Amino acid sequence: MTEHASIDPSVEEVWSWLADVPDPEIPAVSVVDLGIVRDVRREESGALVVTVTPTYSGCPATELIAAEIARAIRARGIERVLLETRLSPAWTTDWITERGREKLSGYGIAPPGYKVVDASAILRRRAPDPVACPRCGSRRTSLTSRFGSTPCKALYRCDECLEPFDYFKPH
Amino acid sequence: MGRQDALFEYLLRLGDSALVLAQRLGEWTGKAPIIEEDLATANTALDLIGQARMWLAYAGEVEGKGRDEDRLAFLRDASDFRNVLLVEQPNGNFADTIARQFYFDAWNVRALDALRGSTDARVADIAGKSLKEARYHFERSADWVVRLGDGTDESRAKMQAAIDDLWTYTGELFAADEVDRILAESGVGFDPGSLHAPWMDAVKQVLDEATLVAPAAGYMQRGGKQGVHTENLGYLLAEMQFLQRAYPGGQW
Repeated sequence: MTEHASIDPSVEEVWSWLADVPDPEIPAVSVVDLGIVRDVRREESGALVVTVTPTYSGCPATELIAAEIARAIRARGIERVLLETRLSPAWTTDWITERGREKLSGYGIAPPGYKVVDASAILRRRAPDPVACPRCGSRRTSLTSRFGSTPCKALYRCDECLEPFDYFKPH
Repeated sequence: MGRQDALFEYLLRLGDSALVLAQRLGEWTGKAPIIEEDLATANTALDLIGQARMWLAYAGEVEGKGRDEDRLAFLRDASDFRNVLLVEQPNGNFADTIARQFYFDAWNVRALDALRGSTDARVADIAGKSLKEARYHFERSADWVVRLGDGTDESRAKMQAAIDDLWTYTGELFAADEVDRILAESGVGFDPGSLHAPWMDAVKQVLDEATLVAPAAGYMQRGGKQGVHTENLGYLLAEMQFLQRAYPGGQW
């Protein structure tokens, strides 16, 4: 990276850097597009504080993501970076940006389809979501497992083109 | 018992139950009946380890003796664990594992839902985060109860046997002691008994759909929340804690 670092970047500038930090497990999407970065601010002491939220509480990528964010900022010449973790409000796939959804789809992962309803519906069982195949677009798909290669995904199969694919679960 | 001591005990119960169940689920890794369920079981375990970590980290802070979540997990003996007896029961066959998970998940979603309204903001935050995962776990375990129960003669017989065998460990989830009462009074926790009816409704609904018979009320085991465990926990901890016991402070 040869790009010149400004010593006192604006918060907007930092956001734009973070928009280039890929998720370690789904590198097609950035940590900003996934809604993991919740806040960027500068403290009076001059330290840059980035607030992140974990996707799933046991997701092994969480610590790596924090390290990658700090690294991306330090690479621009800023030494004093603090990472904060925020639990509430809990991360939801509703925070995945439109751009993130398009990229997921292009990467072969069906994006989470609907707005997550909270609270009252939580104790009710739901049928598996109807999901469109990210390859051929068919809606004739079936759930093969409620969990896929990472906690945030489920395994589906397209009954039209017969390809298996990952579905990013609404959460 | 003071409020801080009670809160510490309470957090251990939540954290240890998640941790011990996660460890049990991890025992399936690499040898579950099908690869999809191998992954699902490991992912459920991962969620529970994450939840255990949040509860135990907070427990360590409340205790104030400098123990972090790792020390609490790896350097306590069985009698210091506060998990419910249900979660330390062995994996058995796949139906046994599913029955244990189903009973626990049906309780866990309701417990976490109640704790979302805790007067302790940290408890409320952890519960709100964990609830979303627990809900998904419940959907999966309930699906399997139905699939195996309303399945072949053999799968139905095994599912019914598992539901019957573990029943005696469910009463403890709803039994209140001094710790529960102190926390319910301060609004940090909830009255465990208040979850019994909704839990029973949910369990019966799924068992009906699965063509299974709900066990009759009967003698209920208890003691885990107070540190009196079945013999199973010691063996589980021996495996889980081996590395830290053999190589104290070891890290990678």
